[in-house]
Amino acid sequence: MRKTQPVATGLLLLIIGGAVGYGIGLGIDLLVTQTLNFSGSVASAFALLLAVTAFFFGLFGYRGITRGLVWQVLGTLIGGFFITGIRALKGLSLFGAFFFTEPALVFGALAGVISFVFGVGVVSDWMKWARGLDTPEHHEDVPGWEKYFGVSLDHKVIGIQYTVTSLVLISVGGLFALIFRTELAESQLQFLKTTFHLFNQNGPQIYNSLMSLHGMIMIVSILLGVSGIMNYVVPLLLGARDMAFPRMNAFAYWLAVPASVLLLMSLVLGGFDTGWTGYPPLSARAPVGIQMFFLGVFTAGWSSILGSLNVIATVLRMRARGMTAMRLPIFVWASIATSIIALTATQLIGLSFQLVSFQRLLGMGFFDAAKGGNPILFQHLFWFYSHPAVYVFVLPGLGVISELLPVFVRKPLFGYRWVAMSSLGIALVGFLVWAHHMFASGMNEYLRVPFMYSTLLVAVPTGVKFFSWVATLWGGKIQTPTPMLFVLGGILVFLLGGLTGPPNATVSTDLHLTDTYFIVGHFHDTIFGGFVFPFFAALYYWFPKATGRRMSELWGKVHFWLMTPSFLVLTFGMMRIGLLGMRRRIVDYDPNLMGDQVLFRLFNHDFRAIDLNHSILTIAGYLIGISVLIFFINLFYSIKHGEKAEGNLWNSRSPEWQVPSPMAAHNYEVPFEVVGEPYDYGLPGSKYVQFVSQPEHINHSEESAAHSEKKRH
Amino acid sequence: MRHFVVVGILVIVLAVAGYVGLEAAHLMPVQASAQAVPIDWLWNLELMMISFLFALIVVPMGYSLVVFRRKKGDTTDAQHIEGNTTLEITWTIIPLFIVMAFAYLGAGNLAEIRRVDPNAMVVKVTAVQWSWSFQYPDYGVTTDELHLPKGKQILFEMTSLDVIHSFWVPEFRPKQDVVPGRITELRITPTLIGNYKVRCAELCGTSHAYMEKLVIVSSQADFDSWMAQQVKLAQQAAATPEGRGQALVASSGCGACHTTNGAAGIGPTWFALFGSQVKLSDGSALTADEAYIHESIKSPQAKIVAGFETQLMPNYGFNDDQINDIVAYLKTVK
Repeated sequence: MRKTQPVATGLLLLIIGGAVGYGIGLGIDLLVTQTLNFSGSVASAFALLLAVTAFFFGLFGYRGITRGLVWQVLGTLIGGFFITGIRALKGLSLFGAFFFTEPALVFGALAGVISFVFGVGVVSDWMKWARGLDTPEHHEDVPGWEKYFGVSLDHKVIGIQYTVTSLVLISVGGLFALIFRTELAESQLQFLKTTFHLFNQNGPQIYNSLMSLHGMIMIVSILLGVSGIMNYVVPLLLGARDMAFPRMNAFAYWLAVPASVLLLMSLVLGGFDTGWTGYPPLSARAPVGIQMFFLGVFTAGWSSILGSLNVIATVLRMRARGMTAMRLPIFVWASIATSIIALTATQLIGLSFQLVSFQRLLGMGFFDAAKGGNPILFQHLFWFYSHPAVYVFVLPGLGVISELLPVFVRKPLFGYRWVAMSSLGIALVGFLVWAHHMFASGMNEYLRVPFMYSTLLVAVPTGVKFFSWVATLWGGKIQTPTPMLFVLGGILVFLLGGLTGPPNATVSTDLHLTDTYFIVGHFHDTIFGGFVFPFFAALYYWFPKATGRRMSELWGKVHFWLMTPSFLVLTFGMMRIGLLGMRRRIVDYDPNLMGDQVLFRLFNHDFRAIDLNHSILTIAGYLIGISVLIFFINLFYSIKHGEKAEGNLWNSRSPEWQVPSPMAAHNYEVPFEVVGEPYDYGLPGSKYVQFVSQPEHINHSEESAAHSEKKRH
Repeated sequence: MRHFVVVGILVIVLAVAGYVGLEAAHLMPVQASAQAVPIDWLWNLELMMISFLFALIVVPMGYSLVVFRRKKGDTTDAQHIEGNTTLEITWTIIPLFIVMAFAYLGAGNLAEIRRVDPNAMVVKVTAVQWSWSFQYPDYGVTTDELHLPKGKQILFEMTSLDVIHSFWVPEFRPKQDVVPGRITELRITPTLIGNYKVRCAELCGTSHAYMEKLVIVSSQADFDSWMAQQVKLAQQAAATPEGRGQALVASSGCGACHTTNGAAGIGPTWFALFGSQVKLSDGSALTADEAYIHESIKSPQAKIVAGFETQLMPNYGFNDDQINDIVAYLKTVK
């Protein structure tokens, strides 16, 4: 049965697992708290975990991700009971509203993450090496879809695993946004009222948790999306067989799965009301959910660090012969810039969250003014990562734009060197601007001026990109299939994000704009233009490479033409109400914010100007949701039923399109040599790569390294 | 060449139209403070630059999409143009000068809104989840409404009792975070008589959205007569325990969670609380007497009323005399 209808079995088990988990949780909660808490955290947590695990069991059997999840649950329980045992010996309280006490939950969650990576089997090769056993250099994957649910060392499989996980998280984060956008459609509380109770939270608290998690889940999904594209594409562009460290590559991916589970558990375990920024002292007082959030981010950050290390090593060591720095595909330059940031800055967000976690667990007063701590120190540590993180999101996206433009314009990328260097420039300057998030924070007020200068400086390399893109378009022979539409949409939306940046950089104007919907509109423009649009472009563009089929052009265009106007309305509307006084992160707003005149009455509610504005934003949000749903249907349908596209569909010069799709297991059967410039469209007789037959070497990484002529032996 | 002329004209047209349109949309709230003037001036300058740069990128993009579209059936590539170093240097250097000019102007602008008037009136602002209180040290008055005289610089000295909040009156423009354990400053000179609201702009928990208080800017004469009345009221209240208790709960922001009219709130209502039967979260029940209320203020988590488990009240650090005053006041709420 599992062979024929795995999805149906999975869904059936999902329901059964959820019901059983709910029953178990309810029983445990009854034993501990003596009350039947039907919407409480314990029952919900058990229901959620068992449902997800049962789903994968039905889909896939007890191996791979299923075994990882089972081990994660067991690890969490064992870790939790271990601390509870110690607490019993010390005579401390044992159980509470979230079953375990906070220290037991934190230790259990950490044990759960470690158990997951053992359970899924991604460390088994390393364990064998530790015992002195040999393993094959590369494990062969089973054919078909099943390889995606277990450990694979193939960068293409891992790239798709990353991408699919990213899309799942985007759906979850988007769903959260639609829930709170619905609440915001009218002033006053409609369904998230104070009398509403779920997961040990009332309505406004649920709003805060959803809003906070929307932020972080989207950020993690973007990090995974970035890793997905880099993993899939970079080795293909370089002519490498795989990433430099295939096992670490798989390890980095599989860390992201328990991290996602922890993030979702934070909602169930009491939530948290701090926003994704988690500023103390608020985060030091938040419910225990914030600890799950901290650990989830910590684990995802760990994944990001290892992944970027791998990209850097791969680019440095595994380029095809002749691929010098100035002949690298432009997306590789963007990947390098982004990986340098992720490798060196991510530690700071981990550190800042860890310090708050320790403040809660161990009473250390890092950010507690009463103990001599300083709450503003946290903001410095936090933004030292979280500002450059924005460039981690957008640089690969801008790289996709630069990579795809020449293909669809049939002209070289204008000013290749300048575009390449501007990525590094943005990465560098991006490290010097973090305190512009803190102009109103009460930090040293004279320091605000140098940060204003450095922040405005970011406009220079970003401008170079825009002008070079325009010059690339100028005089070309432009075609607009779906990927190109998303490239153009990305440029437009990112332009709006970029242009609304400087008013936040000049201190005095920022003091009005900060913490309002203006900022919300500004950064959604930045992230959509810099990541989401190019991400969709990349998916439409490289989908045929991965599957040998193409996605429907018609539905791709519907997706684009539905999403783009809706999105522009959404962000323009956000900025407009933000300027007039709409604060960020509020569950309800002053109905008289834009005047007290009642425009009309609908659904038993007086609509004033601000209600009307918010209703339009909510409708725009739903339209974006529908467009993404169309994308998903197109994606899944096209995997099996899309039009066959095995050749050079886009007529690109890039090496991966010179071989048939889908790509073979070890990429290029015949290695290539770089003999020209990557984007010399319109230069007759020019070639970027040439395939050269040569005898197989055993040590592949040395064979394909760009500097193989410098080999020491 | 023709292409460049057309694009040049379109850029100018779109830039001007864009700026005029943005101006006509009245993007900012009314200017109610002296500090809003330079901020709006700089914002306006930025709007011009935004309109121009938007046109500068979007017009040639749109023009290319229309004019340089690939003809049907044409499979050849376009002209091979790799780049132009002079152009690249130009569009690196010119934006560099522009942004540095904006940074220079921005620094001057910041200095202008921070200009100190030595005769400023001090108002001490205390933020607490989820309420504001305003103390006028010159008059010995504490209120939960912010009254300000027009035309006088106000120095707000702000602190928080719990988490980070942010003081923002959109019509005044600048906002300033309010941080526990330190005093942050904000200088505002109200210039327009009217009613506004101070809104907490930094997420501070469950009822963050409702952390708003009325701000009333009036003429100096109106302000003075209001203040005289407040001084009298404060003296009267200080004479009785229930008066002191009422003043204390008003300035401590208790009303953010507890209503006095029986309506639902974040915390249990105080309406007819004293002497009533209270159902606790562990299922037991008791009579709300002096000892119970005393305990609930001093250690709020000792007994939790059924239905209020998710939002835990902090300890506000009142001393016993203060608590007795509050209990005396609560007896009068019915």
